[in-house]
Amino acid sequence: MIKFENVSKSYGESKVLKDLSFQINQGDFVVLIGPSGCGKTTTLRTINRLIEPDSGTIYIDGNDISALNPVELRRSIGYVIQQIGLFPNMTVEENIAVVPKLLKYPKEKWQPIVKDLLGLVGMPYDENAHKYPSELSGGQQQRIGVLRALAASPPIVLMDEPFGALDPITREALQEEVKRIQKKLKKTIVFVTHDMDEALKMADVIVFMSGGKILQMASPEELLQHPADPLISEFMGKHRGTVNINANLTAADFMKTRVLKASGSMQTLQSVELMRNRDVNSMIVLNEDDTYAGTVSLDTIKTHGKAGRAIGEFMETGVPTVNLKEDARETFEKLYTSPAGYVVVLNDDMSVAGLITKTSMAKAMGEALWGEMIS
Amino acid sequence: MTLIEFFIANQKDILGSLIRHFQLVGISVAAGMLIAIPLGIFLSRFQRFAPIILNFAGMIQTIPGLVMLGFALLLFGIGLLPALVVLSLYAVLPILHNTYTGITEVEKSYIEAARGIGMTDGQILYKVELPLALSSIVGGIRTSTVFTVSWATLAGLIGAGGLGDLIWTGLATYNTNYILAGAIPSAVVAVVLSGLIHLIQKKITPRGLKGVSA
Ligand SMILES: Nc1ncnc2c1ncn2[C@@H]1O[C@H](COP(=O)(O)OP(=O)(O)OP(=O)(O)O)[C@@H](O)[C@H]1O
Ligand SMILES: [Mg+2]
Repeated sequence: MIKFENVSKSYGESKVLKDLSFQINQGDFVVLIGPSGCGKTTTLRTINRLIEPDSGTIYIDGNDISALNPVELRRSIGYVIQQIGLFPNMTVEENIAVVPKLLKYPKEKWQPIVKDLLGLVGMPYDENAHKYPSELSGGQQQRIGVLRALAASPPIVLMDEPFGALDPITREALQEEVKRIQKKLKKTIVFVTHDMDEALKMADVIVFMSGGKILQMASPEELLQHPADPLISEFMGKHRGTVNINANLTAADFMKTRVLKASGSMQTLQSVELMRNRDVNSMIVLNEDDTYAGTVSLDTIKTHGKAGRAIGEFMETGVPTVNLKEDARETFEKLYTSPAGYVVVLNDDMSVAGLITKTSMAKAMGEALWGEMIS
Repeated sequence: MTLIEFFIANQKDILGSLIRHFQLVGISVAAGMLIAIPLGIFLSRFQRFAPIILNFAGMIQTIPGLVMLGFALLLFGIGLLPALVVLSLYAVLPILHNTYTGITEVEKSYIEAARGIGMTDGQILYKVELPLALSSIVGGIRTSTVFTVSWATLAGLIGAGGLGDLIWTGLATYNTNYILAGAIPSAVVAVVLSGLIHLIQKKITPRGLKGVSA
């Protein structure tokens, strides 16, 4: 548990944090959001004492952190930054193992950790451990950045706009991975972003800041239902409709990979908001292990759903599925007999690879016939 | 006597001068490193001192070698010692400059990450800053070495020996063979050492940093 008590910080004349008091519960995914310069990064960096407040106290599990050794404190808290900051002179393995090594773990202890963690993000050890960061894509680099933060099993991980520099597809993949890891490893994550879509998707609790103060601290549902300030509504409005759902079509296959997925425990309101944001009318529901469970549609939730219920209760399983390697003809037939108007594409391990709609199919075929189309 | 005959007839002398030349260069570059690298690290920690020290070192560099040798002669007399002192002074600046800029130009995000995950200042220096600055530091050593090889020819003037001895003898007696016997090896030494250090520089640069400037 992290507790802020009347924390203030100024740089010269400007007050950056104004008497902040709030509390983060163990195991929560807390997202700090707000306009640029509102103090998100400053708040985050006071937690691992990269910044010392002028007044006030921060407690972690009841201990006043100003009394702790800052170096030891930081080793017990994961830290991920937007610029990634993997050490370019170290391999992937060395980067991940850097904190365990600082803590003097023997090799027999840290090497299995590195292997496990790489497995967690689907990057096989043998292929990746001995690469240098410059040999990885941006998304892979930030996966390693996240793993480095997790390596010494810190109960708390701080992330400052970790996906801000990634392209939308990679960003979405990492959001899902981090959310899954957080649930699996039961971490407390404090996550800074200025993307409302990201906040809605990841957060258990959203802390909306402005001018060094907290305007509202609430669950995504609550924030959507009762925004406490016009600025918050505006912020959510601004992030509506910025998503181009057709951007990911490739001619090689007909599927789009950018699909809305969520665990069956997501709250109905939150899922409705996500679907509206994306301008889609259904989303995919996943099992705990990320395999495909079913779908849920906006209409069903509207007619039967009540606020506060989990979307798993309204899930349908009638939408046809195809394997990633299914040939186009079969897929086409399934698509045209699908009552929902789309089919779900699954990987060999039954995780969701994407989906094919009539539009995406038609567009891909058009491209195959007439070359690149302007959308 | 052709040049080749001259080389063969005087091989002992030439070899002796060559070895002495290597000694002059080796010792003064080593001394330069011992001074410049710690000083460069110090300046990167306390950057307010950097301009004054770097300017001072730059000023020394602009004093003509002969003048410096003259001073050294007055202070230390004739022989090896004054030559080594002067050459070491000249060797300092390129290494100092490259150590300082190599460290201070390490991208701030690496330092931020290093501090954020719990490295101490010393660990940040040894595990992050120095490895990333290493290529630049070795580049400075290479420059120093090439300079010192040529400056060392002046050392013959104050009785420190080396290939310069042969050149000065040649100049004094209008004997081109002597001049060439000093000049050719010193040119070769400069090129060979420079190439060698360049190889080392490439060898010690981790694969992840190739094509990335530190
Ligand atoms: N070292 C510093 N010196 C002076 N002012 C600073 C310093 N660091 C931050 N500030 C100021 O403090 C305020 C809050 O900064 P902070 O980095 O916490 O904002 P933020 O919410 O993270 O913004 P962004 O979304 O742009 O990252 C800003 O106005 C910033 O200019
Ligand atoms: Mg910030």
